[in-house]
Amino acid sequence: MTRYFLVLLMALLMPAAPILAQDGGPLRIEITEGVIEPLPYAVPDFVADSVSGREYARQITAVVASDLNGTGLFRQIPSDAHIARVTSFSSPIQFSDWKAINAQALITGAVSVDDVGKLVVQFRLYDIFAGQEIGQGLQFVGTQEGWRRMAHKVADQVYSRLTGETPYFDSRVVFISETGPKDARQKRLAIMDYDGANVTYLTDSQSLVLAPRFSPNGDRVLYTSYESGHPRIYVLDVASAGRRVLETREGSMSFSPRFAPDGRTVVYSLTQGGNTDLFAMDIASGRSQRLTTSPAIETAPSFSPDGRHIVFESDRSGTPQLYIMPATGGEATRISFGQGRYGTPVWSPRGDLIAFTKQSKGRFHIGVMRTDGSEERLLTASFLDEGPTWSPNGRVIMFTRETQGAQGISGLYSVDITGRNLRPVQTPTGASDPSWSPLQD
Amino acid sequence: MSYLSKAFLVAAALSLAACSGAGRFDDTSAGAAGYAGTAQDPSSPLYFQQTVGDRVLFTVDQSNLTREAMAILDGQAQWLMQNAGFNVVIEGHADEQGTREYNLALGARRANAVREYLVSKGVAASRLDTVSYGKERPLEICSEEACYAKNRRAVTVVSAGGLS
Repeated sequence: MTRYFLVLLMALLMPAAPILAQDGGPLRIEITEGVIEPLPYAVPDFVADSVSGREYARQITAVVASDLNGTGLFRQIPSDAHIARVTSFSSPIQFSDWKAINAQALITGAVSVDDVGKLVVQFRLYDIFAGQEIGQGLQFVGTQEGWRRMAHKVADQVYSRLTGETPYFDSRVVFISETGPKDARQKRLAIMDYDGANVTYLTDSQSLVLAPRFSPNGDRVLYTSYESGHPRIYVLDVASAGRRVLETREGSMSFSPRFAPDGRTVVYSLTQGGNTDLFAMDIASGRSQRLTTSPAIETAPSFSPDGRHIVFESDRSGTPQLYIMPATGGEATRISFGQGRYGTPVWSPRGDLIAFTKQSKGRFHIGVMRTDGSEERLLTASFLDEGPTWSPNGRVIMFTRETQGAQGISGLYSVDITGRNLRPVQTPTGASDPSWSPLQD
Repeated sequence: MSYLSKAFLVAAALSLAACSGAGRFDDTSAGAAGYAGTAQDPSSPLYFQQTVGDRVLFTVDQSNLTREAMAILDGQAQWLMQNAGFNVVIEGHADEQGTREYNLALGARRANAVREYLVSKGVAASRLDTVSYGKERPLEICSEEACYAKNRRAVTVVSAGGLS
């Protein structure tokens, strides 16, 4: 347990420094050109006591494995390499058989459907080399329709126990679904599980919609819609899909909204007479307060997790750069000084980093920097990457990538904050502007 | 100026935004409800669009009007003064370089630059509305400067308010 914990934690926290292979110990993290050797584990199909349970068991096992494999930190040993068979959840573990195939962790589980039709999922996690269980076995009970969430919860427990990090698999993403060619594109507000499953549409394609943002507890979404003819900010209740407009000032347009950590205040851009400034609105009363007064463009505001500061984008220096100011407005401090243009800053849920979009020499990058602007690291590079959003635990960033040219389409990608493990998020249509929810209850 | 060769009807921004078909963003015929007239009728929106010129272009990141743009806007102001029954929505646009948020604000700057110029030439401000589409409504879809140059635009859309 301790060894898994330490080595993986080191891998997560010190991405820039290669971690030397340890001599003598059973765990060896090998670095090849900056890539960590993922931890090998086995997850035999969860056992089931009925036919209906068997199908759920197979699917739940697959989702658990998909979650873990998707992090890039774990490598699944395929089941045809397994020596031992797990036929009963309560049987003793044949540690030597798992050791023989170099599994370092083992996940076992059982799935059943109880008298009232509820799905019951149990699991245990083992350290093969230490020959003992890691943490205690857990049981989840839920509806059959909710089987994917139960799988994510199992994977969250495994991830958390092996890395010491808070998890992120049982979470959702609100985004813009895109169809049609570039010059006739249709956009709809949509919501899905973090891994692209269970897509639900929240608006039709009658009106252009942009850049949804989750509330801190995931119950509401802010977004921008042209349904009035002008861009305006709406707040939508996720459960009921009921919505209302927030900012209706005549002759204005409003966009780029984001919740404060208290969920009661919204900071956003308001454009009047061609000038775009930042405002904050108390949602309940509708009262708003101006935060900036410069003739420059101020947009893309994001709160610090403690609610005391706002990071935003402004071109007051001549090009778009990142600034931090008190949440009530006032003097702003520039934090971006590299070559290029910076935009869409988003404060990490841990408070230590700011993710951003950078445009330099005709390429776009997603990057992170510390809140004082130091230690800038670019994680991606492409024709057009933009709009980062943080996983609930602050370890992964999802963003929009648009391909070049007349046939260009948008899709979602995720990348670890180490810059490793860049991968597309599967969506049924083109997709843009992701916003990651908090971990669900 | 390839856009001039396409069949145009003039529609208010509202009906444009409400158009749910798969038509191109500059092909407003699908949602047109307004009065367009013929290109031969100097008081028609079609004449405004094709002969006066309904759009001005901007350089990268800029919202200041070029000499060429001002000449087109002089014509627009004159036409609007002579055709007082029409109201206007000025649509500001950006090319695909730049973030969505910044481009929305940049498009608003461009639309406002046109609005202020028309007001300075005597058009009543109450007739002029503005909206920014940022990079959401490209006319040309290649990822090259030839296309970007045509997408960095402000389009003056006249609606046949009192005449329909």
